[in-house]
Amino acid sequence: MADWKDKDVLHVSEPKLTALERTYLPQVVAGLGTTLRHMFQKKFTLQYPEEKRQMRVQNYRGIHRLNRDDQGRVACVACFMCPSICPAQCIYIVAGESPWPDREKYPVKFEIDELRCIFCGMCEEVCPVDAIELTSEYGLLGYTREEMLFDKEKLLKLFDLTKGYKPRKGPKITGYPKPTDQRGTSTHEGL
Amino acid sequence: MELIKSILASQVGFSVVFAFVLVNIIMLVVTYCIYWERKISAWIQDRHGPNRVGPAGLIQPFADGLKFFLKEDWIPPYSDKALFVMAPVLMFILALIGFAIIPWAGPVRWPWMPEGTSIDTQVASIDIGILYFLAVGGLTVYAIVLGAWASKSKFPFYGGIRGTAQVLSYEIPLGLGLFVIILGNGSLRLEEILGAQARMWQLGDASIWPAWNFFLHPVTFLLVLVTAFAETNRLPFDLAEAEQELVGGYHTEYSALKFGAFYLAEYANMITMSAVLAVLFFGGWHLPGVNGDSASIGWALVRFVIIWAKIILFLFFYMWIRWTLPRFRYDQLMHLAWLTLVPLGLLLLTWTAVLTLIGRQNTWLAPAGEIGIFALLVLVGALRAAPITGRQRDLPAARIVQFD
Ligand code: SF4
Ligand code: SF4
Repeated sequence: MADWKDKDVLHVSEPKLTALERTYLPQVVAGLGTTLRHMFQKKFTLQYPEEKRQMRVQNYRGIHRLNRDDQGRVACVACFMCPSICPAQCIYIVAGESPWPDREKYPVKFEIDELRCIFCGMCEEVCPVDAIELTSEYGLLGYTREEMLFDKEKLLKLFDLTKGYKPRKGPKITGYPKPTDQRGTSTHEGL
Repeated sequence: MELIKSILASQVGFSVVFAFVLVNIIMLVVTYCIYWERKISAWIQDRHGPNRVGPAGLIQPFADGLKFFLKEDWIPPYSDKALFVMAPVLMFILALIGFAIIPWAGPVRWPWMPEGTSIDTQVASIDIGILYFLAVGGLTVYAIVLGAWASKSKFPFYGGIRGTAQVLSYEIPLGLGLFVIILGNGSLRLEEILGAQARMWQLGDASIWPAWNFFLHPVTFLLVLVTAFAETNRLPFDLAEAEQELVGGYHTEYSALKFGAFYLAEYANMITMSAVLAVLFFGGWHLPGVNGDSASIGWALVRFVIIWAKIILFLFFYMWIRWTLPRFRYDQLMHLAWLTLVPLGLLLLTWTAVLTLIGRQNTWLAPAGEIGIFALLVLVGALRAAPITGRQRDLPAARIVQFD
């Protein structure tokens, strides 16, 4: 604290009140005016389930999706990179022999426990074929724990619902998307 | 049927039935007061307020009430159980008996009553009139203190002490303000005070202005209004509750229905206070053009609606103030009561007494003198260079802190 100088200290003194202001009545009336004005102002609250918030940050990490390749097949090659890196250990994959000639394995079962996931994005980063991605969807809702265990079908469905955009491929770090941008408007109802 | 008719035609029978009806009306209004309190606070803070339960959230107060029933009713083991249970009951009873003296709608004559007779739409027309209101209002502090004491916990205790000192201090300016009205009207009965206001001031032949006490005693109204806020423990004078400092003050330890009783009683007190203010200063059921003498059911209903409209305006004002002004500091509160409101009340009372002595209490001299007294106090305050709460004078000189 040794480098504090006297000039660093800001001395604030109370404003001098006029004679009428000492009764506090003008201030009270002015305050009532302010609150009355606010009563008729635009409300800031978002009526959530009906109104959706526009995503403020385009690199928001929400629910996962499992991408399809250009032939509509699941793009994952069951390399087990993502379950290995996942710090929350919430990805369960059962690999099987691929029915297609261009790869050896494919995931027979692919489950992500969204309740345990910490949305760190490591799985997405480590995937060699960009098969797993975190979308901007935040509407992660469910009544039971079982519902939050997303299986392969659900993750692929999420891809179908969100294939309009590619998350975090060269977006601005922050910024306000245009109103037409449908990111983050929760496709959860579609599941 | 004949029995009901004869009960309604007698003053005592009607009073009993009317009291029952009024309690229900007041409880309904209290319920919706809570709803509107939440709505108005939300609007002032640019929010929507409750709007999910029922259309526009109108069922919300009933959901809140149901919640009180379902909560655990917890009596702290270290508390004084008898007093702990008694306090909210006392508070609730006091809140519901205060309205008995309000003259709601003037005289009414049922069709089956003989011509020329009528009964008063007032539960109790008693000689002490307004003193009854002061007594009931003063008793409320017992409920607060009992609840605070019985809780045997420090925050309620502070709240109780604050509440006592506050209500005791503000009873004095409130009494002085009311005495001004009593002196000016020469009666303690609310219906007579109201009757004197239910006319128009004449200029030649033309009626120009309603002769409400507000226009006769504007500064007295201000005094009574401020003390009314303090008496009902509403912001900016809710030091007995002070949820930010005292975690709810005297009702910190209360839960479920007992808390609900305190909560509802606060609003019931506000309604009684609003009704008294409306009757004393704004002519109760009087509006220009309203027939105050007709005993027909139609006119009685019109008058009943008008007085409720005035009460609701006051309730809105209560809430509006609550979400506008911050709470007073405790010493400022006391300063305001003893060094500003009491002298103001004494001067106003002296002025009205002098005018009454020379028989001029209902002339322009009354408001002119009151405004003069107010200006005088402002002037004195300017000379003393201290605001009404004494804050600036007592402020220590800015201290320069040296760091090394
Ligand atoms: S985002 Fe992180 S925690 Fe969630 S599944 Fe991927 S690696 Fe695991
Ligand atoms: S890292 Fe990609 S390819 Fe490998 S198992 Fe995970 S999702 Fe499939």
